[in-house]
Amino acid sequence: MTYEVYVHVPFCLRRCGYCDFNTYTAPDMGPGASRGDYASTAIAELRLLRRWQLGHGIDEPAVSSVFFGGGTPTVLPPRDLIAIVETIGELWGIEDGAEITTEANPDTVDADSIGALADGGFTRISFGMQSAVPHVLRTLDRTHTPRNVAEGVRAARGAGLETSVDLIYGAPGESLDDWRASVRTALALGVDHLSAYALTVEARTKMGRRIAAGELAAPDDDDEAAKYEIVDDMCAAAGLRWYEISNWARPGHESRHNLGYWRNVDWAGVGPGAHSHYTLPAGDGPARSLRAWDLLHPRAWAQRVRLGDVPWADSERIGADEDVEERVMLGMRLREGLDLAEIERVSGHDASAVADELVHEGLVERARGGRLVATRRGRLLNDAVIERLFDALL
Amino acid sequence: MSQHHNQPGFTDQSAIRNFCIIAHIDHGKSTVADRILQLSGIVPEREMRDRFLDRMDIEQERGITIKSQAVRVPWTYDGQEYTLGMIDTPGHVDFTYEVSRALAACEGAVLLVDATQGIEAQTLSNLYMAIDHDLTIIPVLNKIDLPSAEPDKHAEEIAGLIGCDPSDVLRVSGKTGEGVRELLDRIVVDVPAPSGDPDGDARALIFDSVYDSYRGIVTYIRMVDGELRSREKLHMMGVGTTYDPIEIGVISPDMMPTRALGAGEVGYVITGAKDVSQSKVGDTITSAAHPASEALPGYRDPQPMVYAGLFPIDNAQFPELREALDKLKLNDAALVYEPETSVALGFGFRCGFLGLLHMEIVSERLSREFGLDLISTAPNVPYEVTSEDGTVHRVTNPSEFPEGKIKRIVEPVVAADIITPKEFIGAVMELCQDHRGVMGTMEYISADRVEMHYRIPLAEIVFDFFDQLKSRTKGYASLDYHEDGEQAADLVKVDILIQGEKVDAFSAIVHRDKAYSYGVMMTKKLRELIPRQQFEIPIQAAIGSRIIARETIRALRKDVLAKCYGGDITRKRKLLEKQKAGKKRMKMLGHVEVPQEAFVAALATGETGNDRDTKDKIRAAQKTEG
Repeated sequence: MTYEVYVHVPFCLRRCGYCDFNTYTAPDMGPGASRGDYASTAIAELRLLRRWQLGHGIDEPAVSSVFFGGGTPTVLPPRDLIAIVETIGELWGIEDGAEITTEANPDTVDADSIGALADGGFTRISFGMQSAVPHVLRTLDRTHTPRNVAEGVRAARGAGLETSVDLIYGAPGESLDDWRASVRTALALGVDHLSAYALTVEARTKMGRRIAAGELAAPDDDDEAAKYEIVDDMCAAAGLRWYEISNWARPGHESRHNLGYWRNVDWAGVGPGAHSHYTLPAGDGPARSLRAWDLLHPRAWAQRVRLGDVPWADSERIGADEDVEERVMLGMRLREGLDLAEIERVSGHDASAVADELVHEGLVERARGGRLVATRRGRLLNDAVIERLFDALL
Repeated sequence: MSQHHNQPGFTDQSAIRNFCIIAHIDHGKSTVADRILQLSGIVPEREMRDRFLDRMDIEQERGITIKSQAVRVPWTYDGQEYTLGMIDTPGHVDFTYEVSRALAACEGAVLLVDATQGIEAQTLSNLYMAIDHDLTIIPVLNKIDLPSAEPDKHAEEIAGLIGCDPSDVLRVSGKTGEGVRELLDRIVVDVPAPSGDPDGDARALIFDSVYDSYRGIVTYIRMVDGELRSREKLHMMGVGTTYDPIEIGVISPDMMPTRALGAGEVGYVITGAKDVSQSKVGDTITSAAHPASEALPGYRDPQPMVYAGLFPIDNAQFPELREALDKLKLNDAALVYEPETSVALGFGFRCGFLGLLHMEIVSERLSREFGLDLISTAPNVPYEVTSEDGTVHRVTNPSEFPEGKIKRIVEPVVAADIITPKEFIGAVMELCQDHRGVMGTMEYISADRVEMHYRIPLAEIVFDFFDQLKSRTKGYASLDYHEDGEQAADLVKVDILIQGEKVDAFSAIVHRDKAYSYGVMMTKKLRELIPRQQFEIPIQAAIGSRIIARETIRALRKDVLAKCYGGDITRKRKLLEKQKAGKKRMKMLGHVEVPQEAFVAALATGETGNDRDTKDKIRAAQKTEG
């Protein structure tokens, strides 16, 4: 069994127009919920989670990965992040060679802070680069410049950390050449890992409202498909191969933490809105696993922790059918693919005919060990592939 | 109590006045009828609600009377008690036959015209019908309380139409009650008493028949000759059935059983018939023991003029649809239907209606009263198609259109009367020409309004003619039409093919000149409405094997590439579950998934493509001809 911890840091210096994540720009969110108090509340939550796990017969092993996401974790001083990692070590232990990552905005880190993180046990930094083209960065409301990113990556490598950058494609006004320029710039940084996401427009964001009002063009599916093919080709040429739909890495540098999500391992989520996932012990009813999520608002979250309760907003038990759905939808995102024999066994249905069809249509390939792996076309049409498998397996 | 003076069944014809009110939809007929009930004292003030006589919800909401009723109203004039029979007539073109039977039950008609609007085409056509039935006309202007009323102007107009003096036109307000008393007095004075033979063999005209869920079929009758007693067997002369009546009575304003109904009286019979087709409007009721030798004139079966397929969106609702139609049929002898199977839409019914409004009312009742979600196909009129080998086909559905060479197609034609302010004459002429109308005469009914007469194929009227007429004349024009024979026409069947497969629900029989615009519009609409799929989907319009328009839905290249980390997993799973459920509402046409909403939207009428792309494509398609 693999066990990971995700820590959500719900603070940003400013909110970007496309972003609908659970993050807040006010420095003072009240006692326990403000930036300065965040680490101590998160540490208290870790202790509550450990107590809850043990009370439910869940004895997790030492963590293989810790991931700080946000928000912008690096708006907190390195010592706060390190204190949280230390508490995790104290409660569960940390595996040798564990992956400890933080996301960072290029303009919230410098050589000193990166050095401090490396000294405190961090092994990896993922930079929110998004684009290397100034007008695209403006459309996305980003405050950093392409130069910030280069400095950050250089500092991280100097400190011995693995590096990754995130890019976003499909922003209104971004041309194919703009996108090529961004990918080229990212790869020229010499990163080990790259994530590229199609811009998802959420209606309730500033960008969503501007698109609805006709001030900005809505992202176009065909344009995004073309850009996906561009990044996939350019990464492959640079020696980074895809291992998940939106992720490319030099072999051996895949994000172990994120692989854990898609392999359905256990993880504890800490911080406002963070999700947790636990495999339930056999004999604990019909559900296979439990998904729970923390209260969204930092103040409500902090208050619950102060009262000594696990600060979950709600949870759901994943039954047999949902378990099959999750395995299919997560497995089909991965280069390692979906173990067809295994999923047929779990679901009790034969999916070989649909698998043959999908192979015939060029959407999947059969890989070693009878695994189904999406082709590039199948990655672009992943929902269609998943739905066809659902039809066969449910 | 004075109203006990003239007992039902024992009222001398000389004290009876039967009248109806002819009015356009919004001209306030029901309000005036309400005032009459109130003034006569049969509806106590506190029970008065607006539009007492309109009982069905839809009638109240739409403000139109679908089913006529008959109320017995006492009225004292010059010290003598009279019995007024007020017959409420339906106001719309689709119900012309019902109107004509209601008129046949009266000796007088109140011509009620909105003093702010003037007379409308349907009113005029009903007025002519009333004059043909030799009724005494009492012209009345309503709504004189409104500031925008122009009673002098419209009194001139009416006087010109019926040949009276403008000062003979009464002025009332249904809202305030002003002038209604004078109107009732005038009815007593002007409308002739009935002149049937009180001692002859009984003959009663059925002028309406409704299904009541508590009482069964209630048949409204006007006694012409003789008398019907509650204990004697009745015979329907047209349908040929005999019943023991369960009840005979009058309505004043609720149902009141009586022992008999005598000559000249208006009342109701409950026969125990199971549905209204056993008790048809226009039929004659007589006594089974002493039958009359001859039925009253004018009986005929209603003829559907518009056909459309009705399909439940969820095919599992087919049995409910059948049940609902069976129930509506109880109340609606004109509704006909038979099961139909469509490749695209599944199981449904091919339904025949008197006209467009009738169709709308039926679909609305099906959805409102029975909770059914329906798709209706484009309305179709009955064609007579002769193949080259001489076989004649009656085509009420494009799917019945014969393959191969066609010798001749005959379509129904209507005479349409349109009244419009003179500034819209040009717009109306253009519209009628676009719809293959042939102009007859045109008369000025007043200084600024004209009545225009056209012969137009019914098929042109049933599509979106009325909406266009309204929009091109800013709502001022009114339309009336009645059947006026048939004519040969150059019609073709246009099929729509999705990925090479014909979709029966979208086939249409249209004039050759309109085939291109239908084809271009439909293919364009479908291109917008059908979501992209993993493969390219050609959408074509064809006459026979010749393609006249084509659009292509390009293959979908990507669906969703969103991130999928910790918290996204639940969201993503739920989204996929929702999409899976959504697929159940998709129809498979070959390999193509078409959402139900696409059928509904594609079959919706009223949208004509006026954008440049549509026009260019129609022009291009026409060039390929010849």
